[in-house]
Amino acid sequence: MIRISDQPFDAAEALSEFTARATGAGAVVSFTGLVRDQASSSKVETLHLQAYSPMTETGIAKARKAAHERWPLIDSHIIHRTGDMSPGDAIVFVATASAHRRAAFEAADFLMDYLKTEAIFWKKETTASGTQWIEPRAEDYKDRARWTRS
Amino acid sequence: MAEILYFGRLSDVTGTFCEQVSLPASVSDTSAVRSWLDQENALDGALLEASVRLAVNGEIVTDPYPVTDGDEIAFLPPVGGG
Repeated sequence: MIRISDQPFDAAEALSEFTARATGAGAVVSFTGLVRDQASSSKVETLHLQAYSPMTETGIAKARKAAHERWPLIDSHIIHRTGDMSPGDAIVFVATASAHRRAAFEAADFLMDYLKTEAIFWKKETTASGTQWIEPRAEDYKDRARWTRS
Repeated sequence: MAEILYFGRLSDVTGTFCEQVSLPASVSDTSAVRSWLDQENALDGALLEASVRLAVNGEIVTDPYPVTDGDEIAFLPPVGGG
């Protein structure tokens, strides 16, 4: 399942619902990304996330399909926020379920690297010193490149 | 009329998120759209950057890709969520 929404979500609740649905799974892995309270120089006041529907959803669906083709997953769930958020708010949630842990760990990692570098979102941070659009760091692209098959 | 969308930092640069434009006859592909709008808005190359991709009617395309009036043309600076 994929959910892109400007409404807040409860990651603990999402995980418990996902786990309840993952019949036959021996492993459930989840990742929750939170809005950080520190920017490079000052305190973050708000984070704004912009998406481009339906391209954003289509791209995430393709990445999810790729994960299911690459690893023996029973299920996966991706939630991503848009709109205005405050420090501490959950911005992204990825959960994967499989028979054994390795596939679940790797698929969740793969999906997060996709979301950080290729998912169609733009992030704008507001601090006391003004607003700034945030783009992926070199490390994010390096992480993503780990999944490229030669 | 073509609908032009500017995402992320490009909406700050252009001062607008969305504009309706009538494409001149000479502007028939994405490379020409970049040059024309960059010049029209005196953006000093902001729309010409290689890191800025274009999507036509919801699909990311490679320059030069044909465009016509009626298309939705989106300028996409580097993306990333999470």
